[in-house]
Amino acid sequence: MTMPQAPDAEALYAQLLVLVRNWLARANMAAGNHSRAEPAIVGIYSGGAWLAERLHADLDLTTPFGVVSSTFHRDDFATRGLHPSANRTTLPFDVNGRIILLVDDVLYTGRTTRAALNELYDFGRPARVDLAVLIDRGGRELPICAQLCAAQMALPHMHMLALERDETQPQTMRLAFRLESKA
Amino acid sequence: MNTTHPQLNRHGELRHLLSTEGLPRDVLLRILDTAQGFVSFGDREVKKVPLLRGKSVFNLFFENSTRTRTTFEIAAQRLSADVFNLDIQRSSTSKGESLLDTMANLVAMDADIFVVRHAQSGAPYLISQHVPGHVHVVNAGDGRHAHPTQGLLDMTTIRHYKPDFTALTVAIVGDLVHSRVARSAIHALTTLGVPEVRAVGPKTLVPGDLRSMGVRVCHDIREGLRDADVVMMLRLQNERMTGGLLPSASEFHMMYGLTLERLALAKPDAIVMHPGPINRGVEIDSSVADGGQSVILPQVRFGIAVRMAVLSIIANASA
Repeated sequence: MTMPQAPDAEALYAQLLVLVRNWLARANMAAGNHSRAEPAIVGIYSGGAWLAERLHADLDLTTPFGVVSSTFHRDDFATRGLHPSANRTTLPFDVNGRIILLVDDVLYTGRTTRAALNELYDFGRPARVDLAVLIDRGGRELPICAQLCAAQMALPHMHMLALERDETQPQTMRLAFRLESKA
Repeated sequence: MNTTHPQLNRHGELRHLLSTEGLPRDVLLRILDTAQGFVSFGDREVKKVPLLRGKSVFNLFFENSTRTRTTFEIAAQRLSADVFNLDIQRSSTSKGESLLDTMANLVAMDADIFVVRHAQSGAPYLISQHVPGHVHVVNAGDGRHAHPTQGLLDMTTIRHYKPDFTALTVAIVGDLVHSRVARSAIHALTTLGVPEVRAVGPKTLVPGDLRSMGVRVCHDIREGLRDADVVMMLRLQNERMTGGLLPSASEFHMMYGLTLERLALAKPDAIVMHPGPINRGVEIDSSVADGGQSVILPQVRFGIAVRMAVLSIIANASA
């Protein structure tokens, strides 16, 4: 099978930013109607956390962005064990009653999203949680969908799609996709 | 990887925790990194994660303990394990059942993890040699031999305040000869690359053969504390003190007790640690134990995080 080309993460980010801007306008209105706190963006570690950081900067939000790690709630803990460096959950605001946009790079089986939602709920009960992703690659194994999605791209199981950040120029926060075959 | 390593499986993963001695640096660091993730656990609204859901942890304390037993119990419960505290004084052991028979019976009750404290050095090792492959053993203190989770919580505490182990001078003060806490700390400190570990105390409690563990022996407290980054005080163990090793507790305090004046010899930002329980006015003055440089209570918090890390790591290692 020929390898498809890795998607352009920067182009997809630009599209996602537009979607999130519109989402934020709606969420702000909903929050205002119910005198709730400002909506917050929470990224799933690690790719989603990079996106959350960048969205936070581009949207000029006053509430800091949050990060959730899926480690503690993964359903493959018994077979894969605990990833030592991956518990990076930081939620520097009260989750209770807040509208939250959960952000991830790739939506695939939905298992990571499920685990991240459980982690988020360990800190409180949000008013509402929506999901935003750069790419929905299909292959869902749970009833989970993204409300905001920059692109859909059906990828066979043996392909691994991962977001990377250019750490040589951290201030640019530039992102790129790496596509590999697991076979 | 050697398949007969008492603590690691053939993939080099931690299967039992019996001692910090012989643990490779990467295994130690993995425990410390994992513990880091559990340190802020107390900030959650729900202080529980499902990592050990459905696992049974048996606390077997053949020797008294408050801090260690309680923090192991908290750690296991925060990981959603079912925890069973055996009342040894009222158990069949007191009717003469052998240790291994007791363990075999508990294995038959589907135990997954044993947390063992025993007055006999080597008891947890013995148990680990006789349990089935899916069962794990954690040493919670055996005789004078080892108290690895205390050693690891000490390392977590030190790393929290002084991130670079390779730039530290650590003074361990007091009764080193009876101390499994000191032994476990020394092995971990040297493996993590601490360039100077000092053993400080009188000749009867700090024998010269400690040098073989890679420490500098100091019988003068002033020399021992000078420019130290970390001062680890040990408890003067009355219950282990037999046969005239010390004239009296007050004399020990006069010679080796940690006072504010003596602490001033260490670096200004030095931290003071103590495994507890404290003998105030013997090995440490209240003004130091309750002072700004003391990290004695944070140590207890780190103890929960380290025990969560150890339990969640070993639970996953195959035979």
